[in-house]
Amino acid sequence: MAKNLRWKVLFILVVVGLAVWSFYPPDQKVRLGLDLKGGVHLVLRVQTDDALKLETQTTADRLAEQLKTGKIPVGGVIVNNATSFTVNGVPPDQDAAFRNLLTEVEVNYERSTGSGGSYTFSLRPNIVVQLREDTVNQALQTIERRVNELGVAEPIVARHSAADQILVQLPGVTDVGRAKEIIRSTAQLELKQVEQGPFSDENAARAALGGNVPPDMQLLPGTIEAGPGQPASTGYYVVRRVPAVTGRDLRNARPTLDENNRPAVSFSLNQEGARKFGNFTQANIGRQLGIVLDNRVQSAPVIQSRIDDEGRITGNFTNQEAQDLSLKLRSGALPANLTYLEERTVGPSLGADSVRAGVMSAAGGLLMVTLFMLFYYRLAGFNALISIAINLIMLLGLMAYAGATMTLPGIAGFILTIGMGVDSNVLIFERIKEELRTAKGVKQAVAAGFDRVLLTILDTHVASLISAAFLFNFGTGPIRGFALTLTIGLLANVFTAYFVSRTMFELTLSRRQVAKLSI
Amino acid sequence: MALFENANYDFIKWRWHAIALSAIVIIAGFAYGIQRGIPLGIDFSGGTILVVKFEQPVTDDQVRGAIASVTAENVIQTYGDPAQNQKLIRIPQLVVEEGGALDQNARAVVDGLTKANIGKFEVISQELVGPVIGADLQRKGIYATLASIVGITIYIGLRFRFAFAIGAIAATLHDVLVTIAFLFFFGYDLSLNVVAAILTITGYSVNDTIVIFDRVRENLRTKRRDSLEKVVNESVNQTLSRTIITAGTTFLAVLALYLFGGEVLEAFAFTMLVGIISGTYSTIFIAASIAIILGNKQAKGRTASSRKAS
Repeated sequence: MAKNLRWKVLFILVVVGLAVWSFYPPDQKVRLGLDLKGGVHLVLRVQTDDALKLETQTTADRLAEQLKTGKIPVGGVIVNNATSFTVNGVPPDQDAAFRNLLTEVEVNYERSTGSGGSYTFSLRPNIVVQLREDTVNQALQTIERRVNELGVAEPIVARHSAADQILVQLPGVTDVGRAKEIIRSTAQLELKQVEQGPFSDENAARAALGGNVPPDMQLLPGTIEAGPGQPASTGYYVVRRVPAVTGRDLRNARPTLDENNRPAVSFSLNQEGARKFGNFTQANIGRQLGIVLDNRVQSAPVIQSRIDDEGRITGNFTNQEAQDLSLKLRSGALPANLTYLEERTVGPSLGADSVRAGVMSAAGGLLMVTLFMLFYYRLAGFNALISIAINLIMLLGLMAYAGATMTLPGIAGFILTIGMGVDSNVLIFERIKEELRTAKGVKQAVAAGFDRVLLTILDTHVASLISAAFLFNFGTGPIRGFALTLTIGLLANVFTAYFVSRTMFELTLSRRQVAKLSI
Repeated sequence: MALFENANYDFIKWRWHAIALSAIVIIAGFAYGIQRGIPLGIDFSGGTILVVKFEQPVTDDQVRGAIASVTAENVIQTYGDPAQNQKLIRIPQLVVEEGGALDQNARAVVDGLTKANIGKFEVISQELVGPVIGADLQRKGIYATLASIVGITIYIGLRFRFAFAIGAIAATLHDVLVTIAFLFFFGYDLSLNVVAAILTITGYSVNDTIVIFDRVRENLRTKRRDSLEKVVNESVNQTLSRTIITAGTTFLAVLALYLFGGEVLEAFAFTMLVGIISGTYSTIFIAASIAIILGNKQAKGRTASSRKAS
């Protein structure tokens, strides 16, 4: 055996060895996609308008507060839409004082002057973009935390194609409804002072306020505890708009039991939160504290004494609900509402069926091709089969190495790779046959066959790679799996069809003098 | 063993017949498709698909009756092996009232099935696609197919003559259109998987074409005196056995997929099967013909202009 041939063989063996090592054992190293393993694929849209609305509302509220403390009487502060608000009736003699207050507001808002002391503030376009971007990122991080706490193996949480879309993939999840609920609920916890209530209905609450809700107050639905053993009913509370403490100041939340041994959620606050909460409770002993979750008063206990950093949320929770709520609180509130745009669920049994069908068709394809190649090309067909087998081994190895996901269309990619592998081999063999006909020696015919075909093989593979690249760009999940499999298969095929197959020919021809090629 | 050894068929003679045949297939297919309404899968049109496994055998009509209150516009099919009692229920994108959830229709279907009392069942797969995603995928699918065709044209244009690039791309477009025509004839929905198969066909079809063009380029170097027609015809014949064998083996592999790949991959495999046949046909008859027609025009243009100059 020529020395350089020995190196080639060694190189091929090393490549095969590395590939096998990287995918063995396959049930641990090869990741299965949702369509094979079962699970749920979700695309959500973050309603980024919510965040803009909140920003505008907060800014307007803060300015109104400042105007009050600065004793500048204005006609009113009105929020027009998600990105703008108007201050009416600023007295001419207070104009300078008013403008002095605006430094903070004007960082994010553009001011335009109207008639009669009216000023309109609009959110600057670059801030709008920034806010939307931040909102989506925040939502992404929150969802990531929640999904991690759910304990799903190998979840995917990522930005999706459009700017405000998020993709969530949860392999192996069976209780889809629960997963969706946990991901989607805002879980905005606020501790607010209850001014009046509870009232049995909204009209009663309005009547108690003299018909109008003052701008710094809010009417919220909530639960009315009727005492131990009695069913709770729904009513309305009047609470202060600005919360004393929000979920942002939470340190932890965990499921617990209340004094009647019913599931509840206890939470603790961080230092900043504890300071605010301590001051608030001290100043309001004897009044009601509204524990508000997603704009609903969960409970409104009377403050007995100063509380620093501990609290408890009670309600008609089941164990599971208490657990889920603490999970959501721990992972933080979502900055905006989410809506589902797409949902695909595959049950584990269907996934298992697909794996069976995929393996079966790959085996069937390989078998049919094998029979044909052995029948048509005899010994050379055997040569082709080895190079295709090595191609598939490399494909599996590279996929495992790259952490790529195997999907059902990915299995189709395997089958196409078999097809492409045969294609290259046939191209080479037919060329060798032609060269043999022009009556050169066997060795020369083989060499010429491979040399002449190399460029063609490169051209065809580049063209296929171009379409695979666009396919990858186009698809999500399963289709990407297919494009990736196809790409890796094509790359491996250049190596196996040209290098491996040629080395095997050379190996055969170097052993003995061959007068006639079995091709 | 050898197929088509020393083949010498006059393919080029038949080029106009071939082009006419393809045009008829494509036009008939699209006329049929448009007349019946282009069958977009829920990936593109939005909608809901549930696959439900029943404990006892049920008929399509029982299922249809159970969900009649949700919508009359439904498709009910047996899914997979009939012995497994699995039904696929597809309903279109129904108008969802403001604030309604994406899974509203799916829940209504499950409710309907529960109330109809046709035995225990389990939803084994559920696909809900909202209109936003559908429109997005439609746009992307068209974009990806066109971009892939343009990308390949540029590559061939760089590696071969321009006329060849046009020939290759005409052949590829031909295959895409013929495949879609057949999908219409056989009533397959255009789904994500089908578009993936079509994109794969663009790559595969051009493969075959490149092999022939490579040979033409090689032969043009050695046989300068022969006419373009003759060289191209000879090249097609020289590579004929290779073209037929590779198409045959790939066809066999995909046939296995079609037969054993299960419900999910059936449309994908069907698309590939049609594409492979069309790809081989277009390689032999369409790509080379168009390259010749354009190549001769170019050559005529060149002689005309050189005559003028003299």
